Amino acid sequence: MVCEVENILLDDMEIEPVPSMWPEDIGDAGKQFNIEQPGKDQDMLEEVNIMDEPTIVDFKHLMALNDYTEKGSTQLAYLVKRWEYKQANVVRLLKEELDNLSRQKQEVEQKRLEILEEHRFEEGDQRPISVLDDMYDFWKEVPRRKADVIIPNKKVEVDAEYDTAIYWKQRAMHVEKLLEASMQREHMLTEKLQDSINNLENQSSPVEELSQILKRADNFLHFILQNAPVVIGHQDKELKYRFIYNHFPTLHEEDIIGKTDVEIFTGGGVKESQEFKREVLEKGLPAKREITFDTELFGAKTFLIYVEPVFSKTGETIGINYMGMDVTDQVRIREKMAKLREEIAVQKAKETELNKTIHITEETMRAKQMLATMSHEIRSPLSGVVSMAEILARTRLDKEQRQLLDVMLSSGDLVLQLINDILDLSKVESGVMKLEATKFRPREVVKHVLQTAAASLKKTLILEGHISDDVPIEVIGDVLRIRQILTNLISNAIKFTHEGKVGINLYVVPEPVMENDDECRQNPNGILSNNAENKPEENHTSVRPRMENETEEMPRSLEMETTVWIRCDVYDTGIGIPENALPTLFKKYMQVRADHARKYGGTGLGLAICKQLVELMGGRMTVTSQEHFGSTFTFLLPYKVSTAPDNSDDADDVTTMTNHETVPDDITEGFFQFHPRSLGSLFPLNGSSRTSMLLPNGVGHGLSGTSEGSQADNGKFSRMSSPEDASSIIGAAEALTEPECSPGCSSSHESTSAVITRKHGNQHFMPDHADLQNQAELEQRNGNANLTLPGPCETMRKSCESSECTTAGNLGATATNAKPKILLVEDNNINIMVTQSMMKQLGHGMDIVKNGVEAVQAVQRCCYDLILMDVCMPKMNGLQATRLIRSFEQTGNWDAAAEAGVENVSLDSPGSISNSSQSTRRVPIIAMTANALAESADECFENGMDSFVSKPVTFQKLKDSLDKFLPSHSTT
Amino acid sequence: MGFVRKTALPLWLLGWGAEFLLADMSHLLALLFHQGVLDEQFLHLRQLQDETSPNFVYEVTSIYFRESENLLMNLKLLLTEKEHSDYTKIKVHVNQIMGSSSSIGANRIRNACVAFRAVSDQHNRVGCLRALELLEKEYNYLKNKLHEFFQIEQQRSLAARARYPLPN
Repeated sequence: MVCEVENILLDDMEIEPVPSMWPEDIGDAGKQFNIEQPGKDQDMLEEVNIMDEPTIVDFKHLMALNDYTEKGSTQLAYLVKRWEYKQANVVRLLKEELDNLSRQKQEVEQKRLEILEEHRFEEGDQRPISVLDDMYDFWKEVPRRKADVIIPNKKVEVDAEYDTAIYWKQRAMHVEKLLEASMQREHMLTEKLQDSINNLENQSSPVEELSQILKRADNFLHFILQNAPVVIGHQDKELKYRFIYNHFPTLHEEDIIGKTDVEIFTGGGVKESQEFKREVLEKGLPAKREITFDTELFGAKTFLIYVEPVFSKTGETIGINYMGMDVTDQVRIREKMAKLREEIAVQKAKETELNKTIHITEETMRAKQMLATMSHEIRSPLSGVVSMAEILARTRLDKEQRQLLDVMLSSGDLVLQLINDILDLSKVESGVMKLEATKFRPREVVKHVLQTAAASLKKTLILEGHISDDVPIEVIGDVLRIRQILTNLISNAIKFTHEGKVGINLYVVPEPVMENDDECRQNPNGILSNNAENKPEENHTSVRPRMENETEEMPRSLEMETTVWIRCDVYDTGIGIPENALPTLFKKYMQVRADHARKYGGTGLGLAICKQLVELMGGRMTVTSQEHFGSTFTFLLPYKVSTAPDNSDDADDVTTMTNHETVPDDITEGFFQFHPRSLGSLFPLNGSSRTSMLLPNGVGHGLSGTSEGSQADNGKFSRMSSPEDASSIIGAAEALTEPECSPGCSSSHESTSAVITRKHGNQHFMPDHADLQNQAELEQRNGNANLTLPGPCETMRKSCESSECTTAGNLGATATNAKPKILLVEDNNINIMVTQSMMKQLGHGMDIVKNGVEAVQAVQRCCYDLILMDVCMPKMNGLQATRLIRSFEQTGNWDAAAEAGVENVSLDSPGSISNSSQSTRRVPIIAMTANALAESADECFENGMDSFVSKPVTFQKLKDSLDKFLPSHSTT
Repeated sequence: MGFVRKTALPLWLLGWGAEFLLADMSHLLALLFHQGVLDEQFLHLRQLQDETSPNFVYEVTSIYFRESENLLMNLKLLLTEKEHSDYTKIKVHVNQIMGSSSSIGANRIRNACVAFRAVSDQHNRVGCLRALELLEKEYNYLKNKLHEFFQIEQQRSLAARARYPLPN
């Protein structure tokens, strides 16, 4: 019944959301709480088991809330409205029913009136007959009446006679009965109506309906909340709990209601949440926050808390609603995700970085390799060119040729230097640079570097070197590289210094590398000074105070190898370096100013190499400079100090630079100074031409040119006090076994006035009287210089193939007894190459022809000391050629050759006359034959050959033959 | 500044195993000597190598192979194309090969040439063809072996030129 009523009700009215106490902005912006047709979901909820337990409500407070809060009052107002609406509806329904009834009543009345009308003339007091009266046979009576045409006859029903008293009496009684029944029916209807009204009133009581709805809402809420991991609560102004729903109740009602968070539980996050709630309370604005709790009650959990202030009707905050949800897992996942994402990002960044680096490295490596390869490939042929040119410089040339050659040599040197620089750089950068550990004497290195620089000095500069006393006599390091660094720095310094001084300071610094500009000569323990007793007897101008502890500490350091840090300053008084150029100073291909390359030359690689070398050796390099006042390049390097006291033994070997003032104690000398040659009056200061510089030494040049003999001059050089002195040093320097010293470097054999020549020679200033003698000597010593050139076999082979006497030296005419002239007659290229190579090792050159005809022609043209003759050859074999040559030697004419069809190439030439005059001399002809059979040997001798060598020609066979037939030219 | 410093440097090679490569070379040479493929002339040739001609042997042998190839081709043509071969020409060619072979110490080729020459003296065409076959076989064998040898040598020389800084 209830349900039916509801159905009707809800059918009629629109489904309205039930406004709830839940926050309005939870979930969708729209309806929060839709209830479907109850008819449908009745069943659904029937089976749901709802546990009422979790909800703990302070009902009193709820009433208070309803009374005081806006929400509560609107809620109530709505419910009242609804009830009123329903009530109105019921009233309407009742009215309708009443209308119905009254309509029926009217009808009945009308009927009665009609009946009365009909029977008016019959009887006066007829009572209306109700239609509803079952008992009254209304329909029977009426047709009967109608059928009864004769109305008066119809009243025959009444037993009595019409118009008699009895008749009226009866009639009245009858009508009375009808009226009575009608009355009864009316009464019944009224009762029924009353019943119905009562029922309606009972049914639609507002409380019942409200509770019904609330119950349903509550059921739904429970159904939803049943498994929702949320905590919902209401707290009052003091943040005491007034209501809480907790799906996971851990506390009893009395533990919560009326208490604040802080009172209920303790731990991390509780205070924060309390404060957050208070904040919301104060601000009056809803807010959300994630709070991580760490309480004894439920452990470490993160809650997302939504807090909403609750306002009173007057707009005051009277409490908060709050809802919390456990998001621990989500937070954990989120954090994990964030972490992962971060890691991925880092990984990716690293990856890209790495890829970039790899790419760059690969590119760089490729470029470096390319550069190195290219440089190497360029260097080999270039060195060939330069060495050829150097050898060419030793031949007799006229002035113009020599000048051209000088340019060629200096350009070649420049390119070589550049390539060497590039190679050095790539070597260091690619880690292939090999450092050697050799014992060397820093003093000598400094001295030699300065000497070398002084020798090529073109300016009036003073070069000086100070070596502190505490610097060990001998240290271990890569002397070549150190020299390279020093040379580089010094030549740089000289390049950028136009007047003043350039110098090197060397002193020991304590191991922790420090930057102090004052000369730190503190001797760290263990610095060896084996030759302490050999202190320099004189230290010239700057005698340095000797460390007292040096000798004391000496015995201690004897047995072990120690490391000593030596600082080297290379200073100058040159143009200096602007401050803004300092950072790029050590960069590759960088020069301070763009015009420097033009003005001063250089590649911009020198300093980069120096720095890299220093760093490779474990040291470091710095520079200080003041523009226009000079620069100081400083490098610190660790050196091992050998304690083996054997340096006195090889002192004699190494000491090549001697001094007529302090001859025996050179190794401990601490100061060197090289004054410029006094050219100022005679020559422009910065004259760049090599010739003008070297002119004063011209006399001496004539005596140079041999590759030996420099050792003989040791100990004879005087110190630098005369113009000649500066250049003499080079000579001494060359005597050292330094790779920079080319074998071509030469020095005078005149011991008293040692004169330097640059290795490329300046022989075009050679005075004539010395020329011939020198030339002859040169050739004698070097053998046939033009044949000992380092040339690739390929060129030899080509020369062979072209059948040209390419190696027939022009010098032969001037140096008749300088070397034997040998002719090789051979058609097999392999044999030519092999024989030629062997000859070369024996120090001989050869002319080569390829068959007998050419051999004869070669003999016609030129006079040979020895002929090596292959037997089997095309055109004319060796035997025939030998016969023709012998015939010429006997007869003095080439008739036999002419008969054999050999054209005489030397006919009518002056050479033929000279040849014929020498025709009596029998040229030794050695047969070379593959037929090492006895009869072929006989055949050789029969044809006039002097000996034979069976093929293959070996070194020993060749040497024996030469020894036998060229005794005067015997090689070694 | 300094004259040409002799610092060879193949930067791209790590320089490992130079000694193994040297051992390989020695083994290969020993094998070739043992087989009689080469004789001591080859060693003489190697002694002729110095700084001025560091690749002397290689260059000589390359020329040797190039020329011998041509000669062998000619010999083949001479023997196959014409019904009546020109034995004097053949002999010249064979002599040529023999001469150069003995110069580089290719012993077995030289022996093959001797045999060839003997049959060509007899104008023995079949013998010549057989001798040519043998010669070619020996030639190819030597060529392969020497190729291998020079390859190792090249690797070795590259490896030996790599330099490393001392540990300290």
